[in-house]
Amino acid sequence: MVSPNSKVTLERDRLQVLLDAIRVEGFRILGPTVRDEAIVYDDVSRVEDLPIGWTDEQEAGRYRLCKRSDQEVFGFISGPHSPKQFLFLPQEIIWKVVREGNGFRFVDTPRTCAPLAFFGVRSCDLRAIDIQDKVFMPVDPRYRARREKTLIVAVQCGLAGKTCFCASMGTGPRATGNFDLALTEIFEKPRHYFLVELGTERGADIMEHVPHLGATASDLEKAEAATRRALSQMGRTMETSDVKDLLYRNYEHPQWDDVAKRCLTCANCTLVCPTCFCGTLKDTTDLSGDQSERWRQWDSCFNLEHSYLHGGNIRPSPKARYRQWMTHKLATWQDQFGTSGCVGCGRCITWCPVGIDITAEVRAIRDSENRHGND
Amino acid sequence: MDPLCIQSDPDLTPRLFRVIRHQRELHDTVTLELESGEGSPLYFCAGQFNMLYVFGIGEVPISISGSPHEPGPLVHTIRSAGAVTQAISGLKRGQTLGVRGPFGQGWPLEAATGQDLVIIAGGIGLAPLRPAVRQVIAYRERYGKVSLLVGARTPDDLLYPAELKEWRSRFDLQVHITVDSAGADWRSHVGVVTMLISKAEFEAGETVAMICGPEVMMRFCVMELRKRGVAAENTYVSMERNMKCAVGYCGHCQIGPKFVCKDGPVFPLTHLEPFFSMRGV
Amino acid sequence: METIDAIMAEHPFFKGLDPSVLKIVGGCGSNVRINAGEYLFHEGDEADRFYAVRHGMVALEIYVPQREQVTIQTVGAGDLIGWSWLFPPHVYEFSARAIEMVRATSFDGACLRRKCDEDTAMGYELMKRLAQVISQRLGATRLQLLDIYGPAVHTK
Repeated sequence: MVSPNSKVTLERDRLQVLLDAIRVEGFRILGPTVRDEAIVYDDVSRVEDLPIGWTDEQEAGRYRLCKRSDQEVFGFISGPHSPKQFLFLPQEIIWKVVREGNGFRFVDTPRTCAPLAFFGVRSCDLRAIDIQDKVFMPVDPRYRARREKTLIVAVQCGLAGKTCFCASMGTGPRATGNFDLALTEIFEKPRHYFLVELGTERGADIMEHVPHLGATASDLEKAEAATRRALSQMGRTMETSDVKDLLYRNYEHPQWDDVAKRCLTCANCTLVCPTCFCGTLKDTTDLSGDQSERWRQWDSCFNLEHSYLHGGNIRPSPKARYRQWMTHKLATWQDQFGTSGCVGCGRCITWCPVGIDITAEVRAIRDSENRHGND
Repeated sequence: MDPLCIQSDPDLTPRLFRVIRHQRELHDTVTLELESGEGSPLYFCAGQFNMLYVFGIGEVPISISGSPHEPGPLVHTIRSAGAVTQAISGLKRGQTLGVRGPFGQGWPLEAATGQDLVIIAGGIGLAPLRPAVRQVIAYRERYGKVSLLVGARTPDDLLYPAELKEWRSRFDLQVHITVDSAGADWRSHVGVVTMLISKAEFEAGETVAMICGPEVMMRFCVMELRKRGVAAENTYVSMERNMKCAVGYCGHCQIGPKFVCKDGPVFPLTHLEPFFSMRGV
Repeated sequence: METIDAIMAEHPFFKGLDPSVLKIVGGCGSNVRINAGEYLFHEGDEADRFYAVRHGMVALEIYVPQREQVTIQTVGAGDLIGWSWLFPPHVYEFSARAIEMVRATSFDGACLRRKCDEDTAMGYELMKRLAQVISQRLGATRLQLLDIYGPAVHTK
């Protein structure tokens, strides 16, 4: 009999049983897979769909998929995708409307879909889901409907990448809650197994149907060691204790001009960021002109028209737009939602074509203040 | 009875409203009176806005311009500035409009009880302030000295001229009107609206200022009021930004940490500083 | 009947000036009354006077072909009209028309220039005050120039 908050162990060759136990509950399982030379989120039904034996090398402006020398299942960091795109859809229909007489009528659009199970969510992305919940749960019924049924199987990181800085943001490497199950992969030949933390009743129920053993003190110690290893490999750091005030008082800092020379306003960072939530609304009609649909699509504050107001754009320059993104992510988000908007996943650093590093930009502003004694 | 200041449920699709009156105000501005399909009125606070939807084209945020304290048709004054506003301005009697709302924080008419009022409207900015002026007049005994300062481009660009004339004739209201340029038959002020502030009578320490107009005009009025000793926490401005969802999840209308749709559009200056005076923010 | 300098002391432009200065400047001044619709001066006239308005509104006009007289500013009680008396070629750059009955103190420009040259300390005081008036007028004009209520300009 397993109960929430207890820990058990699962052998690697039984991982398929876990996937089957989840699928049998009616979930659509989404997890990491290899495609187009990257690790991306996709439908997963077999263990072989997962990136077994793959890892990724990341640096500012660089991502390479490489083969591992072993067969670890979760031996990689993160790809350009996060669970965000399945909860906050890149394109979603908001309403359908048809002409009727002298006016028009709104048509109900169905909101049901198969409940989602995210398999292999790292701590940073878990916190990102929390952060997006604060934005969308109070006001978006479609997000709510999807989110309430979501099952989360987290993965505790045993390694960290060169662009990771979750430790600085207080969002990892260890997930401490908000998951149904959390797996820590332990591979010490010949034994390959997972420590499984049961986070909820639902997670416990699922593990009832999966063969497992109890967790010993040694298992717990090995899991802690994995976390320590991830911590020691953390590639970036950011001093966060005062970052809100630091940015609030430096809106006219010359560093913004500096980064503006490099930034292409390509919006990659906002696309890969697991917390960015800007969306635009588009109304379209069919050829007959009798039916119209409103769609919400991902948008980015780097788009020129993002700040369009009759007559012009409030933020016409790349400088203004980069400053908006970074100050929102690290400073104003805190006043809006009570947390930072950044989880330290490092994707914006990895996927920026010119390698702009948000931790370096903050450091540059802070260092110049220290040099001039807060002039 | 004070009108209720509620926020619309973000989940709803627009309510259908029918145009019952179409009045041209200026060459590019019309006022529409609307009635809902089911007949129930839309309750709102002075300063709030609706998202008006035109079939297949889109939505725009337009402030509500009627009387909050009296039930009646929904009133909107629209200036043509793009595809949607152009389409709205072209709607005839009997045609349908979608209305989502009301949204936003309104003018502080409750908090301003017992205070002198300085109400400054520039151009189309008189449209979001008209409900406030009407409500102040309806509950006149609650307030001290009340000044209304109105600026427009030329005498032909003054909004609601008949109502302005009525307000001017009241003994309990100081009304000053100025235009940027005029011909020989204009017998009132010519010059920028900030000039009128020196003509208004109010006790600076007991005054609430409410300003609406082009942002540059509001900025200069704020400076002038500060010189006269009106505190920033008693100075209210109505802001505009690119708006799509009106409920705070699309990210477009931010000014610093504030969302104009749900934290505004009316803000006391203290909520907006230092962003109010910043460029490109 | 009040002397000119006593009346001047009440006017915002002169408030705070030494009574002896007021007497000297007052020596160049006289009280005038202009009826509604009459002009204080016309654009192009020799600028030999300046006016401290005590009561009534005055429209400052510029002639624009096809638009006739365009009022670009109104001034009233407490304001000053005209500083072209200071600098050559001493010509008014706009017309001034009384919108309603106007009472003002009118000062002889040449007389004042002479007295300022003689008593430069007094001249400096007057110049400071005039500079402030001109600066305020310039600030207001700049805002008018922005044409803030104009139609929205679409950027490319």
